This record gives sequence, C-alpha cells and structure tokens, in this order.
Amino acid sequence: MSDAVWILGITMTKFGKHADKDVIDLAAEAALGALADGGVSMTDIGVLAAGNLMGGGAPTGQLIQKQIGQTGIPVFNVSNACATGATALRTTIMAIKAGECDMGLAVGVEKLAGAGLLAGGSAKTDGNHWTPRGRYGSVAGVDGRIGTDTMPGTFAQIGMEYGHRYGGASFELFARISEKNHAHSTLNPLAAYTKAMSLEQIMGDVMIAYPNTRPMCSANCDGAAAAVVVSDAKLKTLSAEQRRRAVKVAASVLTSDPWEEACQILPNVNTLTRNAARQAYEQAGVGPEDLDLVELHDCFATAELVHYDNLMLCPEGGAVDFFNSGAPWRDGSTPVNVSGGLQSKGHPIAATGIANIWEICHHLRGEAGPRQIEGARVGLAHVIGLGSACGVHILERSAA
Amino acid sequence: MSAQIPLVDYLALGDRPHLVAHECTACGARFFDRRNACASCSATEFRDADVATDGELRAYTIVSFAAPGIPVPFVAGVVDCAGTSVRSNIINVDPTPEAVRLGMPVRLATYSLGIDDDGVEAIGFGFEPA
Repeated sequence: MSDAVWILGITMTKFGKHADKDVIDLAAEAALGALADGGVSMTDIGVLAAGNLMGGGAPTGQLIQKQIGQTGIPVFNVSNACATGATALRTTIMAIKAGECDMGLAVGVEKLAGAGLLAGGSAKTDGNHWTPRGRYGSVAGVDGRIGTDTMPGTFAQIGMEYGHRYGGASFELFARISEKNHAHSTLNPLAAYTKAMSLEQIMGDVMIAYPNTRPMCSANCDGAAAAVVVSDAKLKTLSAEQRRRAVKVAASVLTSDPWEEACQILPNVNTLTRNAARQAYEQAGVGPEDLDLVELHDCFATAELVHYDNLMLCPEGGAVDFFNSGAPWRDGSTPVNVSGGLQSKGHPIAATGIANIWEICHHLRGEAGPRQIEGARVGLAHVIGLGSACGVHILERSAA
Repeated sequence: MSAQIPLVDYLALGDRPHLVAHECTACGARFFDRRNACASCSATEFRDADVATDGELRAYTIVSFAAPGIPVPFVAGVVDCAGTSVRSNIINVDPTPEAVRLGMPVRLATYSLGIDDDGVEAIGFGFEPA
C-alpha cells in the first residue's frame, strides 16, 4: 500500500521510580532512543507530538526540543486522558498521511511514582453555610456522596456491570486476571514490578474499591516512550536494515464515546472501544483471530475483562469463558498483556499509549528475548482514556 | 420544621422526595445537569421529568479509599430507575459483598447531611434495599 505509515524507531524507558530524572529528562531519553533505534536524527523529523497529562499545560514538546534539537518544526502538545500517548502517535501519523511531512516523532511521558489515589474530581470543603455551587447546584462535594469519581471505583463498577449482564465474574476471577499480568511481567526487565504474585496474595492485599485490591490497580510510576513514524515513500529510500526492522501501522484509529443512555452516569468504555476495534480490523484487513498478541488497557483487573469482549477477542458475552480457557496467557491462543500490562508493567499515563506499541513492535521484530511470542506477525495495542477517548493500533511485521 | 436544602438541585424534597431530570423534548434523553443542547440529538429544548424512585442495582463497588472527609467503606452504584440510569450511593446496607447484590431492588431514601449556621439542613439521597 503506497500510503502506508511505518514505525521506524521506537523505545520506552524503564518504568518505575526515577527520582534523579525529571519529566523532560525522561522524555528526552525516550525521544533520543527512538531516533537512534530508527537510525535517524532530529533533523529528519518534520513534526513532533508530545503528551504529558499531569504537566499542567507546560509546552512539553518544546521543552523536549530544547534538550534534543530545536529545528523549528511544528509541535503539537496533546492531552487526551490515558489515551494521550496514542493521541500523540495518531497526530504524527495523520500529519504523514496528509502529506505534510515524511517523518514524525511522538513522545509520551509521565512522572507518577508516589502519586496516591487518582480521583476524577475532588470533594469541596464543606463550609458553615450550605451554598449551591456548580452544574448540579450541590451544597457539598458529590464525589463519595453520590457515587464515586475514583478510578478504581469507576472501573470496578464497569467490570461488575459486565459480570451482572453475562454472569460468571467474581472477585476471584478478576484477581486471576491480575495474577496473569503479574506473572507475565517477570519476563519484562522494563516493567515497574517484575515479581509474580499468588492469587492469595492478590486477593489478600489492601482492598481499594471492591473487587479491585491494590495489585489489581494500575501501578503509578514514572516512564516515557517515543516513536518515529515514517511514510512508505521515505522508508523505501532507507537502508535494508531500517526497512527490515520497520513495523507497518496497519490501522490507526481514535474514537470518542457516542451518546448512550447511562454513559454520563457511569462512563461507557465499551462502545467506543468496539467502534475503534471494528474500524481498525477493517482498515487492517485482519480479524481478531489473526492477532498474535494484544496489549490492552488493563488499568484495573475489572477493565481487562470487558476489553476481551470489546476488542472481539471472544464472542459477545464470552469474556469470562475466554479467560478461563487460558487464551490470554502468554502460552494461550491470544496472548494479552505479555508485558505485564498496566497492573504490573505500570501506567505512567501519557507514556502508556506508545509503550504498548513498543511492546508489540518488539515482538514483531523478534527482539523480545525471553518473553518473545514466537513468530508474531500481527499485534494490536489498545488504550482508553476516561471522558472518553480510545486508541487502537494494529501493527504488522515488515515483509522486507 | 427547619428549612431544608437538597444536596443537589435535581433532588426534589417534600412529602415524596424524588429526582428530577432534564429531558430532551425531541428524543427523550435525560440529563441531571443543564445542557446547551442534547448530547444525543443536539435539540435545544428540555422539560423537567420525574425519575422513578424504585429501581434495580445494575453495578456497584465498595469504596475503601476516597476523598478526604468521605467515610469509608461505602457502596457506590448505578441504579436503573425504569430505564433512567442514576448514579448514587447505596445506603442503609452493610458495605460488604455479602449484603449487596447485583440486580437487587432498591428505592430512593434521603438522609441529613447536617445543619449549617443559619439553621438550614442539607438533605442528601441514596438508594436502599427495597
């Protein structure tokens, strides 16, 4: 396909605590790593997209340029909740597809180590007079008084709702999903946590929001990831080695949630993911059965279950059976989150949507070492940001 | 009786406390906050619609870590009130997975949030097992 876009270089930093590095150090390390991996330099890059969700509006892209090369190219600083990294990547892909340039750099970075509970909103201070404020005319904070805004609680309900609709889900089932991801990360040296956890340890850990205990929640940590994308025409001019290692972006999709009853009561992470998956399979001309591995957005164990279904890895309503069959384990028919996922690899928010692409590319290039999924040809990476935004990318090994 | 004020403006107090939604006159979509236009069909006219006070618990979680000032653990959930989804705490129930059951019938209940310096009592709502 002549208008194909390729990942030329891609990297992620070690996820975990980086007390000695700030956000820009981490971002620059990932960006330089991606350029080196692709065998190109900053002067080759025509567009830069960067994301740092907790950056408070700082011009992350420009700050990165000041570390690695101010070449005057357009910079897009993007923010799209937990889909920020995928949005940065998608932005560079769109620029290349539009013919604006032939090479782009996408960077996602976050420093989250030690961050506590992430709530959707915070409670207001209750004063000595009941005074209606805000869109609901509320006289006190509604988070915790009218349901919960906390992420663990929100995604707990999403998993429980699925269990209620189709049956078969239980605290133990959700904990087993987490057990899988914590087992997978033992093979990933870049993961924040690389220790296996037993089912008993997971179920006996601190309860955050039933049925999610602490190890069933995504791990707050520091990290960055970056990717260099290139047009098909430009790739043809590069070396045989660059062409061999390039990974084809067979599909790049970003969706938001269409209106549905209840979606403004409890975020609906299902429909926009299904929509993104459907578009991605159509763009790529592959089906779920063709996927050799999947990295999906397991921000909580309860979320991973629903996305088996949303990404159509199983028949509708069949996610519990899919998991119980062993399919998503690394030796199963559709390995899911062999990196350890967000629960064990970690979730430095804006880095996640590029780091999951790196994981897929690593396998498609046959460079994943002990955790290599043998013969991997096609993989899918999925992220979701509440609000909501969903990014799905399907990647294919180079035929060169 | 002292003066009362609801926790949120979509809680109607009185003899029969109930929730009131903004309903799109064109497509019937319901919202608990004000809308410039309907998120479902983009029409711009709304009317007030009373929401059923009986419902069924469709999803829940038991929150153990929450914002400062919120007593934990508490049960947060989604209640299906005759086709209108409502976000609420589930109250007057043990906050344990043994006591809370998906699909259980629940009904609206109110409680006091306290009285302010002017003697005004704030009233909150939740759903309790029916």
